[in-house]
Amino acid sequence: MSIVARSSSGLVLTEQEVRAIVREELEAALRRDPAARRACIIASKGTLDFAYPPLILGAAAAAAGMEAAVFFTFYGLNIIHRDFRRRLKVSPVANPAMPMPVPMADTFSGLPLMKGLATTMMRAKFRKKGVATIAELLDVCRQSDVRLIACALTMEVFGYRERDFVDGVEFGGAGAFMSEARRSHVTLFI
Amino acid sequence: MDARTADRVLDCRGLLCPMPVVRIGREIEDMEPGEVVKVMATDRGSIADVPAWAADTGNEVLDWHEETDHVVFYVRRGAPAS
Repeated sequence: MSIVARSSSGLVLTEQEVRAIVREELEAALRRDPAARRACIIASKGTLDFAYPPLILGAAAAAAGMEAAVFFTFYGLNIIHRDFRRRLKVSPVANPAMPMPVPMADTFSGLPLMKGLATTMMRAKFRKKGVATIAELLDVCRQSDVRLIACALTMEVFGYRERDFVDGVEFGGAGAFMSEARRSHVTLFI
Repeated sequence: MDARTADRVLDCRGLLCPMPVVRIGREIEDMEPGEVVKVMATDRGSIADVPAWAADTGNEVLDWHEETDHVVFYVRRGAPAS
């Protein structure tokens, strides 16, 4: 075993001992790493189906003792709009994965009433299965201190005002997101 | 570990992800370290979610088993995080 280091007090350390010290220090630093307890999620879609994942994951992160933030950008702003119940819809158009009660040609599924029908069916199915509603998930997130942040640029482009959103929403941009994200091990784009 | 040794009972039957861990988290916050809550859940995902949540939050799943139509967990509150 070769001698590789000498401590300030003159103590001589072997390679094996140096490795053990480094490993111990690294493990201690990782245990303390605050980024392991932070999650940062972008919600970019404004349909009923895609309103669920960011809120479910934000609530799960908070339940696991993490600090979680969800940034709502572009169509994702629908999720935190005061009128989210009416705005969040799901459409069978351009979504071949959507389960339909009967096989349906695209020209048919694109008819005006189909979006409303598909939305009603999804809500009914979710309710029957016991999935929390978007309103309930928003409440859980706010009660468990998940930060809900609206993208200021999208608000400007689409003409939203701060009072258009549910209570407790904060406002920020890419800089605010990056500042959060660089300190979070969990970052998701939904 | 059975119902007689649990300090409280939490019924999460009928709830889906993420509500079981959200509810357990709230219940645990209200408990003393060392106290045990018996949790009943019908969400199949909770079999993976509850132990993972416990490991992340310093709590412990002492035992779990399946009944005919639901899953039962015994979760003990750990020492508060320092």
